[in-house]
Amino acid sequence: MTYFNRRRFMTGMGALVGALLTAGIMSAPSMAADFPTAKVNTTKLAVTDKTVKVGILHSATGTMAISETGSIQAEKLAIAQINAMGGVLGRKIEVIQEDGASDWPTFAEKSKKLLVNDKVATVFGCWTSASRKAALPVFEKENGLLFYPTFYEGLEQSKNVFYTGQEATQQILAGLDWIAKEKKAKTFYLIGSDYIWPRTSMKIARKHIEQHLGGKVVGEEYIALGDTQFGSVINKIKLKKPDVIYAAVVGGSNVAWFKQLNAAGLNSSKQTMLTISVTEDEVLGIGGENLAGFYSAMKYFQSQKNPSNEKFVAEFKKMWGPKSVIGDVTQAAYLGPWLWKAAVERAGSFDVDKVAAALPGYEFKDAPEGYVKVDANHHLWSKLRIGKWRTDGQADVVFESELIAPDPFPKGYQ
Amino acid sequence: MTVTMSKILGGREGAIGLAVLALLILVILPLSLDLFRLGLVGKYTTYAFVAVSLVLLWGNGGILSLGQGIFFGLGGYLMAMFLKLEASDPISTKIQTTPGIPDFMDWNQLTALPWFWEPFNSLPFTILAILTIPALFAFIIGFAMFKRRVGGVYFAIITQAIALILSILIVGQQGYTGGVNGITDLKTMLGWDIRNDGAKYMLYYVNALLLIGSILLSRYILSSKFGMLLLAMRDKEERVRFSGYDVSNFKIFIFCVSALISAVGGAMFTLQVGFMSPSFVGIVPSIEMVIFAAVGGRMSLIGAVYGTLLVNFGKTMFSETYPELWLFLMGSLFIAVVMFFPNGLAGVWDKYAKRVGFIRRIMEGKGKADNTSADSNTQGAKA
Repeated sequence: MTYFNRRRFMTGMGALVGALLTAGIMSAPSMAADFPTAKVNTTKLAVTDKTVKVGILHSATGTMAISETGSIQAEKLAIAQINAMGGVLGRKIEVIQEDGASDWPTFAEKSKKLLVNDKVATVFGCWTSASRKAALPVFEKENGLLFYPTFYEGLEQSKNVFYTGQEATQQILAGLDWIAKEKKAKTFYLIGSDYIWPRTSMKIARKHIEQHLGGKVVGEEYIALGDTQFGSVINKIKLKKPDVIYAAVVGGSNVAWFKQLNAAGLNSSKQTMLTISVTEDEVLGIGGENLAGFYSAMKYFQSQKNPSNEKFVAEFKKMWGPKSVIGDVTQAAYLGPWLWKAAVERAGSFDVDKVAAALPGYEFKDAPEGYVKVDANHHLWSKLRIGKWRTDGQADVVFESELIAPDPFPKGYQ
Repeated sequence: MTVTMSKILGGREGAIGLAVLALLILVILPLSLDLFRLGLVGKYTTYAFVAVSLVLLWGNGGILSLGQGIFFGLGGYLMAMFLKLEASDPISTKIQTTPGIPDFMDWNQLTALPWFWEPFNSLPFTILAILTIPALFAFIIGFAMFKRRVGGVYFAIITQAIALILSILIVGQQGYTGGVNGITDLKTMLGWDIRNDGAKYMLYYVNALLLIGSILLSRYILSSKFGMLLLAMRDKEERVRFSGYDVSNFKIFIFCVSALISAVGGAMFTLQVGFMSPSFVGIVPSIEMVIFAAVGGRMSLIGAVYGTLLVNFGKTMFSETYPELWLFLMGSLFIAVVMFFPNGLAGVWDKYAKRVGFIRRIMEGKGKADNTSADSNTQGAKA
């Protein structure tokens, strides 16, 4: 099976290279002519002989804009690159961008607008779980297609959504195994922002620590979203002296959390911390000096050394400025358009049902993060990496796991 | 009888204004917009309930509440609880650890339905709850504050604080409330699919009629002796008190009515949009709703509806056309309205449009008799 897939992939790559080489000679419409619109679009999507419309739906404004901008940029970069290669089935991708404005009902409203009015072939979008939960019923009702980039809590699987970030078990288990072994950690202090993703993640982490690692959870705290007072939590941590702080603090709270930890003398020389919520994007706000020596568990770090990542980083900076950084979610968002393109080409059609059926099993071998594979459950097989932060805001990858199967409904962890 | 009717309608001018509004939302918009846009209008008109309630409370009563989101949210959540229970039957939730309870409870390790969710299996109870619980809550807040003569800016700040507390409570107790995600994925009401096209039209009309009903109720209140007292209290509270009236009781009453109207809007919101989240309870939405009323003209019940529609259409249009700039455009719009038209759209209408000959003739009618009979109220109360 693997062999067969690999061969099919190689053929695909060959065709791709061929298409690239002949792009100058063969004009795009003639390729589109091989796929007549009437055939590739039987569900009245916005597909013409020359173009296909897709939607981008993230928060360009509001409190989430700082996080979601990277995803918008990555998706636009991928689309620009795909268009430069001749588009999808010979059709140029046209983007309709909508602003979710960090407001969950707006995500539902704009999803509906994109699917019903604009008839886009697919949407790349949503970031927070709340926005996805708000938009999900619309995608299921209108039978749209969504590529969702963020690492998230799992417990969901929709035929209309592909999840290009990691679900909770992929991000948590291997990271805990590593830190327990590497730092001989026995006691853990869990801290997170108070909403579904940290709570679900900590539930999984606690079960894993207690049942599989023989460790002990000495404290579990949740901080209201946006709260910036960590004094009492830090005092408790000082009292309990855990081997590891396991953190999932998000958004603006992160800055206060790391600064107050440092001010209280708990820097990385005295305290080990593994976080699952800090990427290069967050470090911009926190400041590398407050974070140096702490660990993050992510599937992607900008500093990863491989040719496709180096190319990706270079082109990203070329398009969006030399100061821009790329975090885990940004890279996952970059995968969206490429996976969609691959699925459309495998299906030979833009129809949502056919595209969704064609994608599982697809292997994307030279993604910036490395090899990924689409599972039947619409999540990706990927590796987990541990990054140790440097003062310059980049991380050294100190550990890379085996390829991990996605398991959005983990047995024994619920 | 005819006198009361004419009072409720607000005289000839009020009747024409209401007729035009009814024509617009009942006939013109449904005929000219596609279902998606009409759905948006439906959503906006649920906010208009709150704007109308603010015209009663703030424009006429002089009580600025920065916490109307509390009541809108309560109404919405109560309706969402019923719909969520119906959507969480054991068959469609069989992958959960505990089938038959809402999905977010299962994610939060709850293994049984909390007791206060139980009654929401019944639609009559839910409707009753929507009509009483927010009003009761308003009564408690009002009683605690107005009896102690807390008013003005202090009242505004306290309502704002309560809105914040409630939203934090909802976010924090996610096992019981759905947390920051809210209560999502609502499907049917007594087996009737609220998501298909026919249901959308139906709900739109129910909503529009309820809104017109709320305006009529508000007019009735404002045109009564109580409405006169309300205006008097707004302008010279001490004098009304010295005349022997118990001012706090009147304030509590109007606060409860405004809560009731907002709650109906919230319940209709949930039905039309298909979910409810804490982002409609907190400070920002509560202030936004005050802005809707201010843009429409805080003295004008009908103006408040137009204000809500205008601001929200502006939001949608600007954000579709300029996804990265639209907030600045909205900001400038608000500043412009406040600077140049302090009485909002209704003020613009009174000042400019009514000077145009034919509009004046229509509004005033040919006979003078009509004019005198209607004009017992002060300017704003009837518009």
